Amino acid sequence: MRQGLSETIISPDSRDEALHSGHHPDLQHHFDDMEQQKEASSLGMWVFLAQEIMFFGGLFLLYLIYRMNYYPVFAMASSSIDVKWGAINTVVLIGSSLTMAMAVHSAQLGHRKLLVLFLVGTIILGGVFLGIKAKEYTDKYNERHIPGMENFHFEPEAGLNGVTPEVSEALSRNEGFQRTARIFFSLYFVMTGTHALHMIVGIGILIPMVVLAWKGRYDSSYYTPIENFGLYWHFVDIVWIFLFPLLYLINRTPHIG
Amino acid sequence: MPEEHYVNEDYGIRSWLLTKDHKRIAILYLISITFFFAVGGLMATMIRVHLLTPTGNLVSPDNYNKLFTMHGVMMVFFFLVPSIPATLGNFLMPLMVGAKDLAFPKINLASWYIFMIGGAVTLYALVAGGVDTGWTFYTPFSTVYSNTHVVTAVIGIFFAGFSSILTGLNFIVTVHRMRAPGLTWFRLPLFVWSMYATSIIMMLGTPVIAITLSLVGLERVFHLGIFNPALGGDPVLFQHMFWFYSHPAVYIMILPGMGAISEIVSTFSRKPVFGYKFVAFSSLAIAVFGFLVWGHHLFTAGMSIYAALLFSLISFLVAIPSAIKTFAWTATMYKGSISYKTPMLYVFGFLGLFCIGGLTGLFLAAVGLDIHMQDTYFVVAHFHYIMVGGMVMAYLGGLHYWWPKMTGRMYPEAWAKLSALIVFVGFNLTFFPQFILGYMGMPRRYATYPPEFQVLHVLSTAGASILALGYLLPMVYFIWSLRYGQVAGPNPWGATGLEWKTTSPPHKHNFDETPVVTEEPYHYTPELEREARFV
Repeated sequence: MRQGLSETIISPDSRDEALHSGHHPDLQHHFDDMEQQKEASSLGMWVFLAQEIMFFGGLFLLYLIYRMNYYPVFAMASSSIDVKWGAINTVVLIGSSLTMAMAVHSAQLGHRKLLVLFLVGTIILGGVFLGIKAKEYTDKYNERHIPGMENFHFEPEAGLNGVTPEVSEALSRNEGFQRTARIFFSLYFVMTGTHALHMIVGIGILIPMVVLAWKGRYDSSYYTPIENFGLYWHFVDIVWIFLFPLLYLINRTPHIG
Repeated sequence: MPEEHYVNEDYGIRSWLLTKDHKRIAILYLISITFFFAVGGLMATMIRVHLLTPTGNLVSPDNYNKLFTMHGVMMVFFFLVPSIPATLGNFLMPLMVGAKDLAFPKINLASWYIFMIGGAVTLYALVAGGVDTGWTFYTPFSTVYSNTHVVTAVIGIFFAGFSSILTGLNFIVTVHRMRAPGLTWFRLPLFVWSMYATSIIMMLGTPVIAITLSLVGLERVFHLGIFNPALGGDPVLFQHMFWFYSHPAVYIMILPGMGAISEIVSTFSRKPVFGYKFVAFSSLAIAVFGFLVWGHHLFTAGMSIYAALLFSLISFLVAIPSAIKTFAWTATMYKGSISYKTPMLYVFGFLGLFCIGGLTGLFLAAVGLDIHMQDTYFVVAHFHYIMVGGMVMAYLGGLHYWWPKMTGRMYPEAWAKLSALIVFVGFNLTFFPQFILGYMGMPRRYATYPPEFQVLHVLSTAGASILALGYLLPMVYFIWSLRYGQVAGPNPWGATGLEWKTTSPPHKHNFDETPVVTEEPYHYTPELEREARFV
């Protein structure tokens, strides 16, 4: 029998073995064995993440194009976001990725209580991230930086970017400047909002997963859902790793004068 | 008929709405997209009736805008994109790779529900007052000036897109991980190759339209200004983002049809497909190059001449894999033992119409000509030759070809041949005059026109009436055949491929035991000739 490009072709012998050895209770009827099932799920998650990359890719493209077109305004608007909270959130999120990785590891070893502990830890850190994000959004609301609102107003901070108080004053009354600043904040909210939405969905999946883990649904022979969710969670983390420098950090205070 | 099959395995509405069987989900999709096709077709009919007279007497100009918009939205997102993948693809992919089901049956069912939610939301937009932006939703008209239900329609399309992402995901994983022993990549039916290429586009293109249309919705609600020039945004950027999906989406719509044609042409010529590997890889080439040509929709929208030159060049290049396929199909027929059954008639129709549609596409890919042809009926005729002349022909051909497998019964051959002929004549009469109209300068999307164009418009409307009859006939005789059609047997056409190695209709688990493949694809044997009772 000719072997193809794929390593996954299962020989008739291994199928027979699976039939005789009795099925794993978590084996779905249309798969031959647990290995095929696991590989299918994991490929499915990777393909799904490829799709996610294109989804966020569209937003990154928009942001970069407008950043190039309206560089000075974007730099000034960018420096109005609080790096401190962004940095704390980055640490929190990386921490949640660590707990998630530990959760996958515990599942592999079949440590039920540790698995539950780390999953709960991931939920808590995810919640902290969202809480800080909400605080940042509230600050933006108080500063009148919400693009869709009537009272939108952005006054670049004097002293930064070589902006004098007079220039700042003039810009805050310049309609064109205000419009362009709105584009920055629109993209800021859409990008961080979409990211936060992914976190909320993630937590929504984690909660039932904790319950199932507590009931002993996962063990060292079946932990694919945990592993796949881990991939998703790390992906959402990586998106933030790109969002944070793009929105908060890069060339935050160049001298524009 | 076999005693047990997927239709009589369980009864009642619940057994259908909660099924995870890919075959039943395919039937659910078949019914749903037939409905959406009818809705879109009804609007096409109204458009054609309206254009009988130069002043357009049926509807107001505003309503005319809504008609062509909803016709486009329904046909593109709710019929053409899911047409072959969600029906024939769903039904056949596991059978063709020798699996019991797709990799993710629950996700498959979920994709149908998501699709139906999208359809319901879009239908709501339609009955609540419609949308008048054109199916392209160009900004800033769609985000600022239009007073219609843009946000609702965009939400509906978002759902439809999500559903097609899930379908594509399922197919990719199924092809990689679920093939039967011995079924190597180069033993796969070419239908599977083209569905695989389609799935790649679905996965990488659809999320971009999802985010783009979401931004249109957000911009409309929150006045963001990302695509609004009055607020510093860039409307041409929207067009780039839109066509980054929507041009590859054209290949989502045609590649599955090409897959069906490959199967049919081989079966009814009794020969392996000529140049199997070339046909297989040309599907992938179309998927890859398809992502690099979107700019040819923007030649008149403001683009540097160098960009235009490159987009034009790559658009010409993408014609090469399509031509490879066309020549391969023709070469397959050469010295073949051809039988003129209905599916084969649709293949002939497809080849002719696809050639015209494809070659006129080259007119439009040439920058100089496109400046004149942009937004005329020439464009309308061109893409209808591909979408309707190509894809709908292939879809109907595939439906006839696999009907005995799906239902266990034959359709009435004489009626089917008649309807294939009617479709071909009606189609050409509808759309060929539109080439001439466009060449003479008739712009698309206009509710009125100068009186000298009337003859051609009347011809087109007359053709559309014939075409409608050609579409109605199969709906009638397919339903008739469910009860009165001849029993087909497992392999009425003596075709190769694993789907013909099980009963018609297949039972719930498709195969009694996992098939082991030891043959090259399209290997016709004397035994198969004896099985071919209906060729």
